[in-house]
This record gives sequence, C-alpha cells and structure tokens, in this order.
Amino acid sequence: MRPDLLAALNEARVNRRAAVLVTEIPGGAQRLVTPETLADDPLHDAIDAALRSGKSGMVEQDGASVFLTVQVPPVRLVVIGAVHISQALAPMAKLAGFDMTIIDPRTAFATPERFPDVPVIAEWPETVLPPMKIDRYTAIACFTHDPKIDDPALEEALRAECFYVGALGSRKTHGKRLERLAAKGFTPDDFARIRAPIGLDIGAVTPSEIAVSVLGEIILALRKKPLRVEKAA
Amino acid sequence: MLASDDDILGQAEAWTKQGKGVALATVIETWGSAPRPTGSHLAIDSDGHFLGSVSGGCVEGDVVTEALDVIADGKPRVLEFGVADETAWRAGLSCGGRIRVYVERIG
Repeated sequence: MRPDLLAALNEARVNRRAAVLVTEIPGGAQRLVTPETLADDPLHDAIDAALRSGKSGMVEQDGASVFLTVQVPPVRLVVIGAVHISQALAPMAKLAGFDMTIIDPRTAFATPERFPDVPVIAEWPETVLPPMKIDRYTAIACFTHDPKIDDPALEEALRAECFYVGALGSRKTHGKRLERLAAKGFTPDDFARIRAPIGLDIGAVTPSEIAVSVLGEIILALRKKPLRVEKAA
Repeated sequence: MLASDDDILGQAEAWTKQGKGVALATVIETWGSAPRPTGSHLAIDSDGHFLGSVSGGCVEGDVVTEALDVIADGKPRVLEFGVADETAWRAGLSCGGRIRVYVERIG
C-alpha cells in the first residue's frame, strides 16, 4: 500500500468520513474511493453497497477479484444524563469500542470526578448536539427522565437519523413523551425508532445491569441484520 | 486495551514514518467458523512487532514470518489457513474454519 493511501485512510477515519480502499487480488494495485468520487468508479454499485453495509469483502467483476476495505465512521454513543447508569455504562462502552460522551446541564451531576473514563459536557443538549454533528453512526441514550433535558436530545437524534435512539422511562412516561413529540410534528414512524422502555428485556435491576441491557440493545441495533419480515415491512 | 482498526492502521503509519519496514495483513475471505471477520488487520514492522489479529492467535506467528518476507521483497502474498489445508501450512485453525489473508508492504 502506498503511504499516501494509508495516510488518507487514517485521515478519513479521524474526521469521521467514509472511505473504501480497493485492492486488486493478487496483483495489489490499489485506489481509494470516497462517497465524493464514487460515481466515477467502475465498481460504484459494489462499493455503494459496501458503504451501506459497512462490511469489507471480496468482489468479483469481469473475471477480476478485488478486495474492498470498507471504513465507515466509528460508532459514537451520546448519553444524556450524568446519572448512576451512565457511570456504570462508561467503562463498559469504552471496552466495547464505543466513543462515548455524556451531556448533562446539571453541573452537580456532570463532573469529571464522577466520570474518569469519558468526556462529560455540562451543557444543554440543544447547545451541544448541533456542533457535534451527530449522524447515522451515532447512538443516543437518554437517561435523565427530565423532559427539559431528554426531549431536545430525542428531537435532534430523530432528525439526525441516529441508528439507535433510546429513552429511559416507564410506558406511561413514554406515552406522555410521544404526545409532546407529536405536538412538535414528529410522526408514528419517528416514534417507532425510539426504544422505550430502554434496554433489552433481561430483567435488569441495578444500574450496572441496566447499562448491560442498553449496551446490548445498541450492539443489536448496530450489528444484527434486519429480519426478512422487518425488511418487508 | 484491545487494539481497534484505528490503532492498527495508525500504528502502521507511525512505524512507516519512523522509517521502519511495515507490512499489513488483512483477512480477505473466511469460510465456516472463522475467529476474526473479513477486513480484520494485523500490522507488522520489520523488527517483528505486531498489532491486531487475523485469527484468535492460531496463525499470527506464520503471518508475521511471511510478512517479514513481504517487507523484504515488496511482493504481496495471499496466504490461506485452515484445517483442510494441512500440507501447505503448519498452522491451523482449531475452530475448523478457513481464512485467506492478504499481506502487503506499506510503501
């Protein structure tokens, strides 16, 4: 691999831009394709599909074999609420490879002492999220129970098409939340994308167990292929 | 900590900038129950240091040995490992899967 191609791959990753390295096998000729240059590439259909799936793999075309090294942005996890569950989730998320940030405007909660593992931002979500440029490689989990804090984050997450949007709260709490979102113009299609009550149903009780159930649900949303029925629907 | 692709490709670039010979191994195909998914990387420097993995540790030793040859002659190689392939390679995958690994020199 040419050093400039390696540098370009690394630079794209640091800046959260997608890129695909095309390598002829076994010859070794290589080129870098980005979403901007995709249309002109002879393999644009295959590369487009690879960018969507995020998976590297071999492609056979016109009797030749190429390997696509697919690099999509690393997954970010934005947690709203510097609460007990977030304290348990922070080291777990780090271990699982997620780039986690906590946002909570309540300065008594949002202290670096409580969160040695991850960055904590003591600001309102509506202030912090737009400059963060959350995207469909971002997961958002809302843990405050406070509509003033959680709702703006949920709205931003739905608009940004985050792959995971979760909100803590009982079914009753969630019902009221949906009424507020409906009043802001969100639709039942949007509601279906919010995971509430948050977390996989593993009978979690303690903050650590709830953190496991949420992390499991995020990994499920990220990795599991949609079932055929879900695709058809 | 576990090494992510971030660290592996970043380390490969750092080694190159330090003037070391560097090879990158990439899992390009898997069959059956393979321990590391397609696209997994292992970076190797000319001193035999390595970061990342292409299997659960079963074949890394052989990949590193081959990588040193790739660094020396610059010719990319495609290696194949698996239980069905007893003659070609000493190393095997205990899980019963098969993998193909592409090894290339950086630079």
